[in-house]
Amino acid sequence: MALLEVEDLRVSFPTDDGVVQAVRGVSFQVDRGETLGLVGESGSGKSVATQTITGLTRGADVHGRAVFDGRDLLQATASELREVRGPGIGMIFQDPLTSLHPAYRVGWQIEEMIRAHQAVSRAQSRRRAVEMLGLVGIPHAAERVDDYPHQFSGGMRQRVMIAMAMALDPSLLIADEPTTALDVTVQAQVLQVMQRLQSDFGTAIIMITHDLGVVAEMADRVAVMYAGRLMERAPRRDAFYRPHHPYTEGLFDSLPTRGGQRLTPIVGTPPSLIHPPSGCPFHPRCRYAFDACATDVPALEPVDGNPAHVSACWLSHDSSLRERLRRAMKAASSS
Amino acid sequence: MLRFLVVRTLTGLFVLWVISVAVFVLFFVAPSNVAHTLAGRQATPETIALINHRLGLDRPLWRQYLDFLTNALHGDLGYDYYHQQPVTTIIGQAFPITFSLAIGAAIIWLVLGVYNGVVSATHPRSLRDRSLTVTSLVFYSMPSFVLGLGALYFLYYKLTLSGHTWFPAGGYAPLSEGIGPWTRHLILPWLTIALVSAATYTRLSRASMLDVLGEDYIRTAEAKGLGQRRVTYRHALRSALTPVVTQFGIDLGQLVGGVVITEQIFSLPGLGKTAVNAITQQDLPVIIGIVLVASTAVVLANILVDLCYAFLDPRVRLT
Repeated sequence: MALLEVEDLRVSFPTDDGVVQAVRGVSFQVDRGETLGLVGESGSGKSVATQTITGLTRGADVHGRAVFDGRDLLQATASELREVRGPGIGMIFQDPLTSLHPAYRVGWQIEEMIRAHQAVSRAQSRRRAVEMLGLVGIPHAAERVDDYPHQFSGGMRQRVMIAMAMALDPSLLIADEPTTALDVTVQAQVLQVMQRLQSDFGTAIIMITHDLGVVAEMADRVAVMYAGRLMERAPRRDAFYRPHHPYTEGLFDSLPTRGGQRLTPIVGTPPSLIHPPSGCPFHPRCRYAFDACATDVPALEPVDGNPAHVSACWLSHDSSLRERLRRAMKAASSS
Repeated sequence: MLRFLVVRTLTGLFVLWVISVAVFVLFFVAPSNVAHTLAGRQATPETIALINHRLGLDRPLWRQYLDFLTNALHGDLGYDYYHQQPVTTIIGQAFPITFSLAIGAAIIWLVLGVYNGVVSATHPRSLRDRSLTVTSLVFYSMPSFVLGLGALYFLYYKLTLSGHTWFPAGGYAPLSEGIGPWTRHLILPWLTIALVSAATYTRLSRASMLDVLGEDYIRTAEAKGLGQRRVTYRHALRSALTPVVTQFGIDLGQLVGGVVITEQIFSLPGLGKTAVNAITQQDLPVIIGIVLVASTAVVLANILVDLCYAFLDPRVRLT
């Protein structure tokens, strides 16, 4: 059985301007020890989806199921959710500069989490905090445990966040754009720390990112979200070499390559989530779009009959036909 | 830290010196007739000159100020013009009353205001939030003489008429007579001051809490699986207190300088009441003494506020 199984998750927020449909029927699963890359641009609903699972979205209408370790978290009470947050699911966030409490020492912040869930002595929790800080590669952990967050650099603070999230050995780590706010050189180090802890602890990771480089580095499987919907779900190799959905294709085309070709951006802007487009939400920006795309919502169908690789698109799910279409489109646009 | 304290004490002393000069000058710029008042209606110019001479008012201004300053530095603030009582004794009698009044009221309004603010902020737009807001505004817009007289009318007059003598009509019982009488004499004045001020603190801490509750580190605290109470008080309130502490320092400093109206209503012979009497009688030594005590309180409160900042936020360095 999968560690986390999310089925038809729908999240909407009532606002003064109308109902924001942030997540509109998303399903995915995460197995023990694997890494799922959750990809999409800002506002696609990646963060809302994962924060809803852990009960961190306030004032939202939530429907669907999110079964973690045999328990539906969307039906869980506040105190049941508190028991899951920490020992079951650890979380790290985008901005390490603002995610730690500025007024408390980093060691205290880690110890606080340990003592909230385990009946251990101060000395024990402190030893664990020092150990974790050492594991994430903070030099002189035994001394720095008593420093305040502002005495650490951004990369070091993200390591502290990782140490905190992993301190109770959770079976799932949700990393919400953990490297976005960091320098490129520091990004690689932080990812390495996560990978090392993952192999040591056997943790599953949901890696939320819009950085396909991070996905290539970390993910076993990739799920692509757009406008609150899942567009494509595939093993990493398929996603990179045989992307089916035009949106996934567009994401890869907007990456720089060695050849020095011009980047091809996805034209237009993400749609409003208060009045999402009819049919496929991507059709106003899609270069392949035809009549059906504007009226009917495509379901996730297997590509080449492979149930591990599914795509929600009206184009042919035969990958050789799809590839021919892609080449024709490229030739037409370059001529 | 030590450097900070030394620098702040020196600037504080400088401020006090400027204030003493200002009061002195103001007093002599205004038309003075202390001698006339003391001598009575039918006084001869000779009597008035004699009184002026005895009080030292016939000497040049700079001489009078210099004498005052030298004595003040030796802890002697002079004698009042009318009963020849040492000013330090007068202040010594009035200060504990005002101080008791200020501290008690401050604790009540701080606890009440901050707690209500936190409740409002954690349940925004709820019935509790709205009713606390309305209650706050009602007390906020109520002048303290209305609230004070209302309290006296209902809680002293009406209650006593119906046979329940819970509260005295006014006056003060020192702490040496026991904590019971002390509290009984002060509870109505405390509430009069506190309910008006608590409103400010409710609004202030509500706004500040709402800001902090949107911070990333609050989400982190929730992601750690901490209890709601711990997230609210240990994590959010800790950061939300900074603006509250600023306001509290200012208010408390002013309060220790005397609460004129409330002291008047409840016949508490504190600094405020003494100051008003001294001003109507142009009793310069008493006025200067009280002004200096009040200014010292404000200066001290400000130093304490800065020390609190450093305690609340480790990023603050005291220099």
